[in-house]
Amino acid sequence: MELFFSQILDGLSIGSVLLLAATGLSIVFGLMGVINLAHGELMMLGAYVTFVVQSLFKPMGGVIFELYFPVALVLSFIVTALVGVLLERTLIRQLYGRPLETLLATWGVSLILIQLVRSISSAMLMGILIAVALGFLGTRLLRLKIGDKPFFPYLYGVTWAIAGVIGLVSVNALSAIRPLASAWFGPRNIDVTAPKWLQGSWGKIGGIELPGIRIFIILLSIVLLLAMVWFLTKSAWGLRIRAVTQNRQMSNCLGIPTDRVDSITFGIGSGLAGVAGCAITLLGSVGPNLGAAYIVSCFMVIVLGGVGNLLGTILASLILGIIQSVVGSGSLLIVFPNLPPAAKGVVEFFATTSMSLVLVFIFIIAFLQFRPNGMFPQKGRSVEA
Amino acid sequence: MKLVQRLVPWILLAIALFILPAILDDFRLNLFGRYFALAITALAIDLIWGYTGLLSLGQGIFFSLGGYAVAMNLMLNTKSEAGGNGIPKFFENYGVEQLPFFWQPFWSPTFTLIALWLIPAIVAGLVGYLIFRNRIKGVYFSIITQAALMVFYHFFNGQQKLINGTNGLKTSTTELFGMLVGSPDMQLWLYRLTVVLLPVAYLICRYFTSGRFGDALIAIRDDEQRLRFTGFNPVPFKTIVFLVAGALCGVSGALYTVQTGIVSPQFMSISNSIEMVIWVAVGGRGTLVGPIIGATLVNYLRSLVSEALPELWLFVQGALFIFVVVLMPDGIYGWFKNGGFRTLLAAFGIAPKARTYPKLDENATALEELS
Amino acid sequence: MVLNFPRRLVAGLAATAVGVSLASCGGGGGGESGGKFDGEVKVGILHSLSGTMAISETTLKEVEEMAIKEINEAGGVKVGGKSYKIVAVSEDGASDWPTFAEKAQKLIDSDKVAVVFGGWTSASRKAMLPVFEAKNHILFYPIQYEGQECSRNIFYTGAVPNQQAEPAVDWLMKTFGDKLGKKVYLVGSDYVYPRTANTIIKEQMKALGGETVGEDYIPLGNTEVAPIIAKIKKAFPDGGIIINTLNGDSNVALFKQFKAAGIDPAKYPIMSFSIAEEEIRQIGPEYTTGTYAAWNFFMSLDTPASKKFTADFQSMYGKDRVTGDPAESAYNMVYLWKNAVEKAGTFEDLDKVRKDMIGITFAAPQGEIKMFPNHHTSERVLIGEAEATGQFKILEDSKKAIPPIPWNQFVPDTKGYTCDWTLNRPDAGKFKMGT
Repeated sequence: MELFFSQILDGLSIGSVLLLAATGLSIVFGLMGVINLAHGELMMLGAYVTFVVQSLFKPMGGVIFELYFPVALVLSFIVTALVGVLLERTLIRQLYGRPLETLLATWGVSLILIQLVRSISSAMLMGILIAVALGFLGTRLLRLKIGDKPFFPYLYGVTWAIAGVIGLVSVNALSAIRPLASAWFGPRNIDVTAPKWLQGSWGKIGGIELPGIRIFIILLSIVLLLAMVWFLTKSAWGLRIRAVTQNRQMSNCLGIPTDRVDSITFGIGSGLAGVAGCAITLLGSVGPNLGAAYIVSCFMVIVLGGVGNLLGTILASLILGIIQSVVGSGSLLIVFPNLPPAAKGVVEFFATTSMSLVLVFIFIIAFLQFRPNGMFPQKGRSVEA
Repeated sequence: MKLVQRLVPWILLAIALFILPAILDDFRLNLFGRYFALAITALAIDLIWGYTGLLSLGQGIFFSLGGYAVAMNLMLNTKSEAGGNGIPKFFENYGVEQLPFFWQPFWSPTFTLIALWLIPAIVAGLVGYLIFRNRIKGVYFSIITQAALMVFYHFFNGQQKLINGTNGLKTSTTELFGMLVGSPDMQLWLYRLTVVLLPVAYLICRYFTSGRFGDALIAIRDDEQRLRFTGFNPVPFKTIVFLVAGALCGVSGALYTVQTGIVSPQFMSISNSIEMVIWVAVGGRGTLVGPIIGATLVNYLRSLVSEALPELWLFVQGALFIFVVVLMPDGIYGWFKNGGFRTLLAAFGIAPKARTYPKLDENATALEELS
Repeated sequence: MVLNFPRRLVAGLAATAVGVSLASCGGGGGGESGGKFDGEVKVGILHSLSGTMAISETTLKEVEEMAIKEINEAGGVKVGGKSYKIVAVSEDGASDWPTFAEKAQKLIDSDKVAVVFGGWTSASRKAMLPVFEAKNHILFYPIQYEGQECSRNIFYTGAVPNQQAEPAVDWLMKTFGDKLGKKVYLVGSDYVYPRTANTIIKEQMKALGGETVGEDYIPLGNTEVAPIIAKIKKAFPDGGIIINTLNGDSNVALFKQFKAAGIDPAKYPIMSFSIAEEEIRQIGPEYTTGTYAAWNFFMSLDTPASKKFTADFQSMYGKDRVTGDPAESAYNMVYLWKNAVEKAGTFEDLDKVRKDMIGITFAAPQGEIKMFPNHHTSERVLIGEAEATGQFKILEDSKKAIPPIPWNQFVPDTKGYTCDWTLNRPDAGKFKMGT
């Protein structure tokens, strides 16, 4: 039984990682009907922010270094939230009402982000800045001169292309200076070391080991959830977000600035991804591909939990986490040693980490046969989900 | 004009069949063979996405199933691949003595020829039915197909003893009609087969998208709610079209596998299946011609870019996704068909402007094109 | 109607991203020929520069380019009385096995390279193998792998199990067998190397009178190892030996979560086969201190050749970089090829190059290695303990290079089989010894 409880604890901690990762995605999905395929890459950015903060704190050493993690948590929220707002303002907004296209566009963003952290260097950053500055100046000038001509939009694009080429040439030139050319992170994984107080075990309760990071992540997700609940139910913006989630047109008519609500929600969703990324550095590796490992599990959580419902997301993450942990470790066999051979064979077949994912999917498909809109379908007048 | 238009497909077919093999070396020709095989997948995706509005991010499943079917048959029927007890050699690495039961029917070439499209079709039909039955659609449908893809990936990747896991199955060292599949002659025949099958796939898609069935598909895409209110049940339509697309992907995967020389769980990676969608988007969805253009063009671009500057490919691909979705939602073919090129010329004063009544603002058409 | 502005910004950013990356990749390269060469010879380098495997494989590409640069600076390859400059053609395998096959074909057919250096995963090698066999060309493969293969067209410069896994298991039993019992728990990534290596280890444990109490695989890239920890704790409540064949990302998760779960290396000795200095740097030395690894080369190996290799690498790619076994092996293969073509006196006659490759030696950073008739190299076997500095303290050293045995002698299916490409027989790749 002890083992069974420690499996449940593991399941809870797997679930709370999923929860951290999926909450942001779920809120945005609920509000805007948009799935952000770059969500995983925003997590990756959060992890890289943690790496940068750690590197900045390292020289200080001692007690100050031990405290880098809270700082990293806050900063990764802020940085990814800003990236999220930028993404929403420039790209997502263009595709309003076209959720499938948004899916594809955000996938494009994720590819660019992956390659960006791989190859970003000082020279490259300067090149991008040069190109963006030239592009802005050039197009502004163009608009002043020939803004009314029919071919203006085409020349507009050409101007940006030229600015891009100039940026490219300048990156090439700048790369000749060696300190500028070296990549900041490179394609390799980077090392994020948890502070000492998180590394080990936090003691035992009734024979069950309490791994520090696991408990910390469970606590972190509880705190963040409470914060989210408070924000959504008690604050003015939270009220607006809920209103828009329920009925966008009506909210708009009532004077709620839906576009700002979109931006803020997307920012918060992205920020939560950043925090999740920061927390994941405690558990696993940090590299450009970090996001891919989590994103599909997040989708499963959303499918199971239903649209834009925090309670659904929580329950779904925990259920999935516990299935993975209890089935994947084969502890069912230990708890129920007297299973008939046929059932035993089935349990053994699924008792690996990869096969437990297969089982989770079968479970979800079966579940959807009974509750097609997830555990907590949205209640409302609208027929369209 | 009409005559020329009717001749164009035949000319293209003749070029693909006779001119390309003459001017390209074996390696490039093989690449084109693969592009055309992938174009069949693009057609299938156009059928379900462009016409029916179902964005599947899991077509890799059906693609790989077709590939695995043909690879299993080739592995079994090649003497040099057989190990001690007459079953493929790789089994020895994992201490498997007996051929897993589901390999047995693949001894038969006839069965394989049917299985390579029937199995994907059955799987697609089943998965599709279970999802559509519950009116799951839109983004939900996309992420469920993606999750399904991930599950298939994990399953194939993890089952060394059944299907050789990560390593996949090689086909290039196997024999077909006494010829090595990887040999240039055989590859040329496979290329020709692909070139012939591509128009067949096109005609199948044409058949399904024209007439009443096609109208129903488009109605599902544009307003499924209304279709249901008028008394139609969209589930059978969606299931059938998803099933057909699955079968086409299976054929495509089989052709791709024999020309690549290997089928592996990598075919089921998330990125592969999303890329398939972008071929359709680039070419122009809902056009059937567009996806063929798109698949060939994007893959050709990929080969070029990744040969010259491998690090660049992700940037180009990412930019392509954003560009096509935001600025060119009709794709290349759609842009031409809708007079985009003419508008461009008109904007620069080369071609006469389109006459409209009432007269439009001078740059309104051009602007509209861009949006 | 006015164009709204962010839409154009998006297009612009997309264009800029493309432009900038073009430039960033276009740089580099460019060599000084100086006119002292009589010609050029192209060699292919084929590693994953994108995708999951880029994490590991980019280092191999760098080391190979370093070896090529060294050779060129020392006057190039001397064949038939002329000196040739080596020109590397690099391709991206994109962590995708079919792409490896495609690019291998391109290097051979379009670029007409004299040899290809490439691969990391066994799956990528297995995908390339038919291409090299069909074209009767040469591939050098640098990574320690599971053996059970012996191709006429591949030269393997990494360890096979008898040069890494088997001595490591022997050492574990010798060192901990009395204290912790002859029991091991096997953890691996879910692909061919860990599966095959673990099959061998299980047979070896049987032969040693020991027992394998558990065996677990996680999908590549998965970072959830909690279930495995639970199983290990159940199998070994008071400590026991763990053999780890995880690859890449999962290792980070494993060591971080081991530490959190209180699995202490002092009670649970962990032997890893895929963790070198580079991986330790990525995991963080705090987590790996006290665990063991078996390799053919450690950066801490205290010989002049080893020190020079590391110093050269760091001066070329930065002081903070580390070398390790895979890098060393990749470095060796370039020199082995150079020595062989110089002996053969030809680039084009691949049969002759292959024939003369056998018996070629090279004073590698680990010590002298030799190419055997089974196309594998002899390797020095080292067992080290990871220290807080991220380096290994060498605990066991075979001193001399151990000859390779590709067909494993513990596995019943291949017991008694061997491989010898100097023999003129159709089954030279795998035949029963003494027949």
